[in-house]
Amino acid sequence: MTTTTTATTTAPLISKRAIIDWLGIAPFMIFALMFLVVPTLYLVTGAFLTPAGEFTLKNIADLFTPSILSAYWISIRVSVASSLGGALIGFFLAWAIVLGGVPSWVRSGLLTFSGVASNFAGVPLAFAFLATLGRTGLVTVFLRDWFGFNLYSTGFNLLSFFGLTITYMYFQIPLMVLILTPALDGLKREWREAAEILGASHWQYWRMVALPILWPSLLGTTLLLFANAFGAIATAYALTGSSLNIVPILLYAQIRGDVLHNPNLGYALALGMIVITGISNILYIWLRMRAERWQK
Amino acid sequence: MKAQRLGAWIAIAVGASYFIIPLLGTLEFSLRMRRGAYSFDAYQSVFSDIQFRETFGYSIIMALLTIVFGMLLVVPTAYWVRLRLPQVRPVVEFVTLLPLVIPAIVIVFGYLRLYNSSSILPLTGSTSGTNALLMFSYMTLSLPYMYRAVDTAMRAIDVRTLTEAAESLGAKWPTILFRCIFPNVMSGVLSGAFITFAIVMGEFTMAALLNRPAFGPYLQLVGANKAYEPSALAVIAFAITWLSMGLIQLVSRFQQSASPKA
Repeated sequence: MTTTTTATTTAPLISKRAIIDWLGIAPFMIFALMFLVVPTLYLVTGAFLTPAGEFTLKNIADLFTPSILSAYWISIRVSVASSLGGALIGFFLAWAIVLGGVPSWVRSGLLTFSGVASNFAGVPLAFAFLATLGRTGLVTVFLRDWFGFNLYSTGFNLLSFFGLTITYMYFQIPLMVLILTPALDGLKREWREAAEILGASHWQYWRMVALPILWPSLLGTTLLLFANAFGAIATAYALTGSSLNIVPILLYAQIRGDVLHNPNLGYALALGMIVITGISNILYIWLRMRAERWQK
Repeated sequence: MKAQRLGAWIAIAVGASYFIIPLLGTLEFSLRMRRGAYSFDAYQSVFSDIQFRETFGYSIIMALLTIVFGMLLVVPTAYWVRLRLPQVRPVVEFVTLLPLVIPAIVIVFGYLRLYNSSSILPLTGSTSGTNALLMFSYMTLSLPYMYRAVDTAMRAIDVRTLTEAAESLGAKWPTILFRCIFPNVMSGVLSGAFITFAIVMGEFTMAALLNRPAFGPYLQLVGANKAYEPSALAVIAFAITWLSMGLIQLVSRFQQSASPKA
């Protein structure tokens, strides 16, 4: 009761200021609702509705048909392979420039290049790999003319799971380098010295000190790379057309021409993508908060 | 220690060749159009293509509009959140990260259903409406980068003191915002602008699904129909990305050398 009275006596003053305060971010909130939140929620609710507008779980159940499951499975495999490969190579590169004792121009050069390459995705990246590893690409021709080695007779094909994976790694590795370099910079020299004084070998230092500190960064960034690859479409579409059936390409075809013959199943397909990228991003954010404990 | 340095150089050599060989391959392929000799024929063919000029121009205009409207949205919001609403900061930051969580193709799918010609707000019913929707979609895509760039620049200045100083000198809100806040966060605005430019120029999904004649869908079309031009276009696209990122580095270096004096 008392709270209500105080509220009414000071209400005009407080509410006027509060209204101005909230009006200040109203444009942003309206923008976010109109172009981010509502469109997404529309698809999410649509995934649980029949075309007639009644509640149903059939769309979700229909995701578990072989053709859609196989699309998810290829997508997950490509994303896992390219994120693990990107994380591994990216880790070694970050390690080399931070702890490998190389000159500083190598470090700044690699970091600048990583900034560019992590943004060099989409259609042009597909062209670059076609010109390099395609049937008449530079490396293919080089191997054939100089070593008599025919890449394509080994069953290699750029328009395949493996080809897509190494193409995606072109933007995955630089992203890993960019995120992991600060984490490696955060490894304090004192920790290593303390470990050495206590008689730890190089291997023991990494296994018992450095990696336990780094693992949230490593795992978190790998998850970020996974989500990054999972949502990407332009590179795959330009590289393979629609011959490789990954989820974003299936969704693209569905938006273009309702290939699933059920609009609401399309919404469920989109929901599946949001769930997968959402979970990996939430885990990434949580792991990054854990990692930051050591970076103070 | 010696083994470690050797390992580091091996890692860098492997990484560098993985990065550089596709670029060399693309460059070499783009010069191969004339039989038996290297030439710039592919580039000539690209530059003389009327569609190239049209889509390239369209994307540049879209990028500039996205930057202007994006900054008009992001800078006042970041300013206001720092000055008056620090308690909603986590919410705003979470919202700005959403475009990284929700795949672009899902977002545009939502637009197509929500703003189609039979809805309350039929943006896709007209060309100018679709253009506006495409610009909003680009603003959404670049939101995480723009917001972070501007917010980082704003952390370096004392927003409250600047505002109070301007107010006590009799400045009105537009003056405070455009003559006091904007110039002080210019480094953030510029780096946000360059990364937005790079994103918009290469974007494919949004423009293709909204059926607008942008550079990204044009690239895809050329890739499906021609042999040497795609490589020339990839070289051009890489140069644009490189230029944008180089300018960001330049701006941040400028800022670093300027800030100790300030």
